[in-house]
Amino acid sequence: MTASRTVRGGTAGASLRSAPAVADPAVGGAAPVSRGAGAVARRRAPGWLGLSPFVVYVLLFLAIPAVVAVTSGFFDADGRPTLGNLAAFADRGVQLDFLGSFQLSAVSAAISAVVGAVVCWALTAWPAGSGLRTAIDSASSVLAQFGGVMLAFAMIATIGGQTGIVTGLLRTAFGIDLGPFLYTVGGLTVPYVYFGVPLMVLTFMPAIDGLKAQWGEAAATLGATRRHYWIRIGGPVLAPAFLGSLILLFANAFSSFATAAALIDQGGIVPLAIQQQLTSETVVGVANSAGVLALGMVLVMAVLMTAYALLERRAQRWQS
Amino acid sequence: MHSTTRPRRRTAVAATALALAGLVGAALTGCAGSSSASAGGLSKPKAQAATSAAAFGGMKGLVAAAEKEGKLNVITLPPSWANYGKIIDGFKKKYPKIKVVSQNPNGSSADEVAAAKSQKGRDTAPDVFDIGTAVLQQNLDLVAPYKVANWQQVPDDFKDADGKWIYDYTGLMSIGYDSSKVTTAPTSVKDLLGSAYKGKVAIKGDPTKANEAASAVYLAAIGNGGSPDDVQPGVDYFAKLKKAGNFVSVLPSQATVNSGETPVVLQWSYNNLAWGPAAGSAGNPNWKVVVPSGTALGSYYNQAINAGAPHPAAARLWEEYIYTPEVQNLYLAAGAYPAMLKAMQSKSTVDTAVLKSVGEAPADFVQLSADQATKAGTLLSAKWAAAVR
Repeated sequence: MTASRTVRGGTAGASLRSAPAVADPAVGGAAPVSRGAGAVARRRAPGWLGLSPFVVYVLLFLAIPAVVAVTSGFFDADGRPTLGNLAAFADRGVQLDFLGSFQLSAVSAAISAVVGAVVCWALTAWPAGSGLRTAIDSASSVLAQFGGVMLAFAMIATIGGQTGIVTGLLRTAFGIDLGPFLYTVGGLTVPYVYFGVPLMVLTFMPAIDGLKAQWGEAAATLGATRRHYWIRIGGPVLAPAFLGSLILLFANAFSSFATAAALIDQGGIVPLAIQQQLTSETVVGVANSAGVLALGMVLVMAVLMTAYALLERRAQRWQS
Repeated sequence: MHSTTRPRRRTAVAATALALAGLVGAALTGCAGSSSASAGGLSKPKAQAATSAAAFGGMKGLVAAAEKEGKLNVITLPPSWANYGKIIDGFKKKYPKIKVVSQNPNGSSADEVAAAKSQKGRDTAPDVFDIGTAVLQQNLDLVAPYKVANWQQVPDDFKDADGKWIYDYTGLMSIGYDSSKVTTAPTSVKDLLGSAYKGKVAIKGDPTKANEAASAVYLAAIGNGGSPDDVQPGVDYFAKLKKAGNFVSVLPSQATVNSGETPVVLQWSYNNLAWGPAAGSAGNPNWKVVVPSGTALGSYYNQAINAGAPHPAAARLWEEYIYTPEVQNLYLAAGAYPAMLKAMQSKSTVDTAVLKSVGEAPADFVQLSADQATKAGTLLSAKWAAAVR
């Protein structure tokens, strides 16, 4: 309950406000296409055929498991329908898990978004397609996918409390002891930012590239300062793309699991709580409340993804 | 147990693999169903109901029936855990006509039950379980009664009178430590509260999830004035350990032990032994194992046969194999005390060199009963998170 309320008061509000403005041009834009020549209709049948493996894949491995997982939350251990599992949301531990997940995702997304945006802005000094841009682009694609136990071990080797290389340097050079910081929910921010920044670069770069040099020239001709340009033109044009990327980063962090499982095995975020309930050897009969927690996550993700889709549509207005 | 950071993509890949395995499995079931109908003269339902080798006309008949099935599915048996690598290899060598499929080696007892339920009726369902007591007691309807030839050599309180389950081995909760990082050997859990252990102590997972981690809490309870009926002192101990900055949440593994990131790990003796010099070049040569003085804490695992085993004769042959001195000595060599140990000592079938290196089983030994474990689990689920976060 707490979880969904937090969402409604937060990110969802922003997306709802922007919704009407976005909807109209989208509908207007879609209509002429469907009224188009007969060729489109003829292409549609083979189109569906070509799409069907993907549709089947999504149904089998995303839609059906999601429905099964969520509905399992509304049955008790004996298979009788119940709403009793919803009581999990009243549990202090579960509330703290959701809070931990929100904080971790928000902080790591905010840091990644700001750092990533600065990187994107710096990269505009080089023309698109230059060697450096291509290299950074490729590196980002790889690093944004770097995660799981591999990343956890990389982090342990770098900033682990006992043997991390950076930990040792900080200790000897500055007398700063990181301690077991990496093994806390807050410490997870570091690995999450590690794959968050490259993801931001990937998603935000097209928006920055969409800023046309002519706009700056036009503004300057009319007497605008650099500051005016960013406040009146650059900022507003980039805002939807920035917020959209921020939401994507949040969602990505919110649903991450394996890095956390290796680093904070005592729990503290929702995905770990779900795993605990599903596989517990010591506390029996809680497997069904995992479905309720999954429902909580699905709701959060649904809200976030809707907001992302709406913002993305708005952002694309300026990217043609 | 371990998924990845990008669950959507990786899970999908894993799910594809699973689905393909399922399709193949379904196809195999079709074949197996027709061929095993008369395995060793017994129909599959009759073999699934066999409560001793006599039903197959003795051991020879059982072996013939199992070889005719040609396959055995075991589940959650990590090769480095209690010598299961060697035990499975020994079975393959002894019965080369039977293919052993080891599923989900790093899974939990709960995963075994989940697999038995979800794969029910398929050729891929697990045939036998090596399962924790708490989970087993909740799922007694999933197992079939069977008594091995050496049934009498296992003490009465180590087995179900009907033969639904039988203890196989127990470890002792122990402290493993890296002697190059921790110079004074700890002798009790209380020692670990000292400042020399700052940021060093880890346990094998979340006690509200893993029995091994929960057992570390129970050991701490016993070492701090608690008992199997009262594990609260164990939770208090870990709260203190956390407050002192000594307890870390990272999941210890061979890798973190080798690098020195987790120089102290509370876990079953056989797992601590497996990470030390016994692992050869893969292990940490400085890894030492201490069973704290005073009352020792153990936890027998249970052998049980899946009632719907797709290879009922092979499942029963596996049980006969487990309760031979040969395999019981393999458990012992890994630091896991086997259920037949006492009988083997009196019959002189125990490997004395191995027993000497592992040490006699402690006289003062407790394990939590099913009821105590349930009660302790309830307490952990209410108190643990607040104590260590």
